[in-house]
Amino acid sequence: MLRSSVVKRFFSRSAPRLDTLILIEAAGGKISPASLSTISAASKIGQPITALVAGTQGAQVAEDAAGIGGVSKVLVAKDSKYDHYLAEELAPLIKDVVGSGYSHLFVAASAVGKSLLPRVGALLDVQPVSDVISVESENTFKRPIYAGNAIATVKALDSTILASIRASAFTPAVMGSSTAAPVEEFTGATTESGNRTQFVSEELVTSERPELAAATRVIAGGRGLKDKETFNKLLEPLASKLNAAVGASRAAVDAGFCDNSLQVGQTGKIVAPELYIAVGISGAIQHLAGMKDSKTIVAINKDPDAAIFNVADIGLVGDLNEVIPELTSKL
Amino acid sequence: MTKSLTAATPEIMSSKLKILVPVKRVIDFAIKPRINKAQTGVETKGVKFSMNPFCDIALEESLRIKEANKGLVEKIHAVSIGPTKAQDILRTALAKGVDTTTLVDVGEEEVEPLQVAKILKKVVEKEDSNIVILGKQAIDDDANQTGQMLAGLLNWPQATNASKVEFSGDDVIITREVDGGADTLKAKLPVVITTDLRLNEPRYASLPNIMKAKKKPLEKLKPADLGIELAKKLETLKVEEPPVREPGVVVASVDELVSKLKEFKAI
Repeated sequence: MLRSSVVKRFFSRSAPRLDTLILIEAAGGKISPASLSTISAASKIGQPITALVAGTQGAQVAEDAAGIGGVSKVLVAKDSKYDHYLAEELAPLIKDVVGSGYSHLFVAASAVGKSLLPRVGALLDVQPVSDVISVESENTFKRPIYAGNAIATVKALDSTILASIRASAFTPAVMGSSTAAPVEEFTGATTESGNRTQFVSEELVTSERPELAAATRVIAGGRGLKDKETFNKLLEPLASKLNAAVGASRAAVDAGFCDNSLQVGQTGKIVAPELYIAVGISGAIQHLAGMKDSKTIVAINKDPDAAIFNVADIGLVGDLNEVIPELTSKL
Repeated sequence: MTKSLTAATPEIMSSKLKILVPVKRVIDFAIKPRINKAQTGVETKGVKFSMNPFCDIALEESLRIKEANKGLVEKIHAVSIGPTKAQDILRTALAKGVDTTTLVDVGEEEVEPLQVAKILKKVVEKEDSNIVILGKQAIDDDANQTGQMLAGLLNWPQATNASKVEFSGDDVIITREVDGGADTLKAKLPVVITTDLRLNEPRYASLPNIMKAKKKPLEKLKPADLGIELAKKLETLKVEEPPVREPGVVVASVDELVSKLKEFKAI
């Protein structure tokens, strides 16, 4: 049904072309899992997908992007000014690319996507849809509001549709799953950025663990872990054993147990792994917003009344200092 | 337009900061919202409303910039776009220390981020602001868009998810929370900054200041006064409860936990 309506529109209108543009994010020459999920979301619309790759590493990333199932064309904007994904530089570029004839623009609801998409929206006079969890049709989407306590179905009335995609809601598209799509250089940029922002430096947290947002298993710690030493001493061996990413509640981050980038919740990372083990986390609304779509949720807490037990599939009331080492040894 | 901005930059920097802080009235963060019977939105009758927590952080930051840099800040102006009752949070802002405020009364209708950004652009022009500090997202619509849109409309630099803001000569240096950690940007004024939770700990307004705030300036406008006609670009078809999870089990021992995990095929 969706397809037939798309076809009808395709013939009844000349412009814009029904083609979805995706921004590919890459770090260290590697396409982000969130971008792969974004491609999956775009493929639900059933239109051709063009992947846009920007930055000095563009050519290398483009080759990978061309082999992703569903991608019909890759555009490369190979310029160092697009490194670090500054919205001030990228938004005018994307405005020009979209203007060359696209009906949809999807980006991942990552830090980059969230910074960029609204700026593009302002330049195009389009109201974007944030954090889409379901593509209902070419212009109708579901998105969570109020920290995931309500799901809104919204219809975008603009002629160009802009959306950011919640990665955890879509299975990532597979790299190397199709024959290479053609790669073209995009040279049609005409809008001056007038950029007055400069990238200075970055401090990325290095870890041998899988990336939090893309991990299939997550062990998260909260205030109940008391201090940084206990946090690491209890959670690291368990995470190692399960090859899980480590996450945290806001309380744990604020108390300095771990880095901010590990925060799971409404304002941190949104995860939906196969297994989420919440250790010493009470389960505030804001934390639940970031993890309640996990497949299996385990809660380990000494407080039997903790709200986390309301969403947990398996709960264990007990002392973390005893339970966690025992669990680690028995796995 | 770009040219004139670049040319004007040194002049702006040698003058003082005129900070604009947009604040939003939202359902209090501690309250679990209930969906209305018609499934068109959430129940707002008899529900506690407060200033959006991220706006409170933006407000705090503007006050700290003023306190930490003697003579740098000329004025702090807070603005809210919302129902008549949004003046309550502007009074709170005044009690905390902002100088002047504007309420753009849009009635009970929800206003989309692009519309808010367009209104804010008019207020920026009216107040001659050269720095706008706002929350990274409102905890009701969770859009995380307004600051970036305003920066786009103004063609100003934007620094989202700020966890640190510093001034150095002609530059604003902002540390941002990004996916893998943090990064640092340097931008020229005028600039739009959106705040992350980690930026600061907002203060409380004292009772004497709350009393004094009642006499401070609160200008009331309608969107039409700013030449804005509100139009919706997103139509909300339905608002519903998220899927409810099956009730879980409580196990008594680690052994039982392990066997349940196997049963759930989680390990």
